[in-house]
Amino acid sequence: MSTVLTASAERQAREDDGELAALAARCHYYMALMRETEDRIERKLYRQGKIVGGVYVGRGQEAIPVGSALHALPDDVLLPSHRDMAVLFIRGVPLRRVFAQYMGRVDGLTRGRDGNMHMGDMQRRVVAIISALAATVPVAAGAALALKYQGKDGVAFCYFGDGATSRGDWHEGVNLATVQKLPVVFLCNNNQYAYSTPLELQMACANVADRAPAYNMPAEIVDGNDVLAVYDATGRAVAHARAGLGPYMVECKTFRMTGHSAHDAAHYVPPELFAQWEKRDPIRRLETRMMENGWADRAALEAANARIRQEVDEAVAWAEQSPYPDPSTLLDDVYENS
Amino acid sequence: MSTTYLEAIREGLWEEMERDPNVFVLGEDVGVYGGAFKVTAGFVEHFGTRRVVDTPISESAIVGAAIGAGLMGLRPVAEMQFADFITCGFDQIVNFAAKCRYRWNASVPIVVRSPSGGGIHGGPFHSQNPEMWFVKTPGLKVVCPATAYDAKGLIKSAVRDNDPVIFFEHKGLYRRIKEDLPAGDYTVPIGKAKVVREGRHLTIVTYGAMVWTALEAADELAREGASIEVVDLRTLLPLDRETVFASVKKTSKVLLVHEDTRTGGIAGELAVSITESIFEYLDAPILRVTAPDTPVPFSPTLEEAFLPNTAKVVEKARWLYRY
Repeated sequence: MSTVLTASAERQAREDDGELAALAARCHYYMALMRETEDRIERKLYRQGKIVGGVYVGRGQEAIPVGSALHALPDDVLLPSHRDMAVLFIRGVPLRRVFAQYMGRVDGLTRGRDGNMHMGDMQRRVVAIISALAATVPVAAGAALALKYQGKDGVAFCYFGDGATSRGDWHEGVNLATVQKLPVVFLCNNNQYAYSTPLELQMACANVADRAPAYNMPAEIVDGNDVLAVYDATGRAVAHARAGLGPYMVECKTFRMTGHSAHDAAHYVPPELFAQWEKRDPIRRLETRMMENGWADRAALEAANARIRQEVDEAVAWAEQSPYPDPSTLLDDVYENS
Repeated sequence: MSTTYLEAIREGLWEEMERDPNVFVLGEDVGVYGGAFKVTAGFVEHFGTRRVVDTPISESAIVGAAIGAGLMGLRPVAEMQFADFITCGFDQIVNFAAKCRYRWNASVPIVVRSPSGGGIHGGPFHSQNPEMWFVKTPGLKVVCPATAYDAKGLIKSAVRDNDPVIFFEHKGLYRRIKEDLPAGDYTVPIGKAKVVREGRHLTIVTYGAMVWTALEAADELAREGASIEVVDLRTLLPLDRETVFASVKKTSKVLLVHEDTRTGGIAGELAVSITESIFEYLDAPILRVTAPDTPVPFSPTLEEAFLPNTAKVVEKARWLYRY
């Protein structure tokens, strides 16, 4: 893979800053919460048969939704992809409702009408993805067009993986956004596999960011397993978009530390790649850094992780009490008045 | 002053944009060119480029952007240059727009305007009637006006509707028909068929340009003593079966007519609905006149053979009348 940028000089200069310690703690909370939630879903509830259907997790990619979405302001709209669960938490979606969603219960965000990460809430300005990837890219352009139309300085955060950039929708959406100079931040998690298909069978260029010049769009490549680097890069992207300068892309290099889904053992991924990327685990890297900089000690981090496990325990217990939807509601809500 | 079908749509859109600042149009060549058929002629001069957005040739982006803007509280009206190109935005319509409310209670108040229909020598890619692709998709509304009055009233209802509406406007009617429209604001409800000619012996159920064909056939058969009722469906989804049933209960015979191709056309759905619900009222088999199961051909002799016309409708209607 190509060069990965390390932490920016700009940030190095503020390493001692208390503000940075606080940011690191927030990043740690959301990343660890996403990891614990998805572990519970994939390794426990799914295997217990409490989750039917597909389970797709973002293990190893947590730095990307966290480092980016922490920049979102209330007017901004976010369009997470299926490995970006932390976006929901950052926007205030209750954890218990996420578990209820995965278990097909009535208290899930879709009331049992859809599963896994297919959820959204326009009150929180989060748009639900559909399974056809990249379909949210034109939708993000339209949401950004609306923000501009309404005279707001909001930004659309549009998330997608490397594979999604092969779809026509991606190109149509990016083209419309750049032609109209719409305030969109395009956030790519390049995890190097689209299901079983490796990057080199997906595109002839080395980086997703290489696609950007064709649209006259600024782009940068960042270490997607370094949450503070993702935070910095997204900050530049958001400032650009919010200033009315048009879209900006951040390609976050990462690795999918699982199969495509819970039923995929990923035999096609060379084991040494997993081993190599395991060493770059974004949560452990952040924890090490926090301890090295004196922002937290081992005991504090363990206490934080224990609180998260308890939060997850409580959310799972609550979701398991949530009823399945009543079959008599099958026909409801196809239309506004139905 | 008489208003054409095209002008009626234009007036309806214009008035909705004057009424509600959240309404805007987007599509290919809708701005300075005024749209391929000039439905939005003069719009950009009056409403500006903020509300009349010329887009790249990207139907998926046009529909997708409409969805995004709709989710954010605007009321976009997207134009497909020809209904034939709606295929390029198909996923956005059937997978994104149609399912948002059912899945996550999100409102997608968009209109996708689609000039459809044959008889203009447009060939296989400028003549199709793709309405049934969308009638198969719960969550969408599919509207096919036949008259200038309904075109204006239905485009207004479509703009005000909080669900996605696919609005098929028949190109062959654009400048062919006209009528006096009432002054001032009015709407026509989506999901309501209309009896456009009353009769006793036989019901013809149809929509779009074929309403005029059915009316001509009814006039011709009136000379033979047949009293034919014509029902204009106006909306295909949600389908107003009740109005059809009421008419068939009265006449006991029904001929289903559409310009769309035969297999999977609305006629099949209506025929089953009628036999399921009011079979005992029927005095004759249910017949249909449709285009055959072929692409729309280009050459005039072939296209004429393809399209249903008055003679074909008269032949089947006469058979039913005499049955």
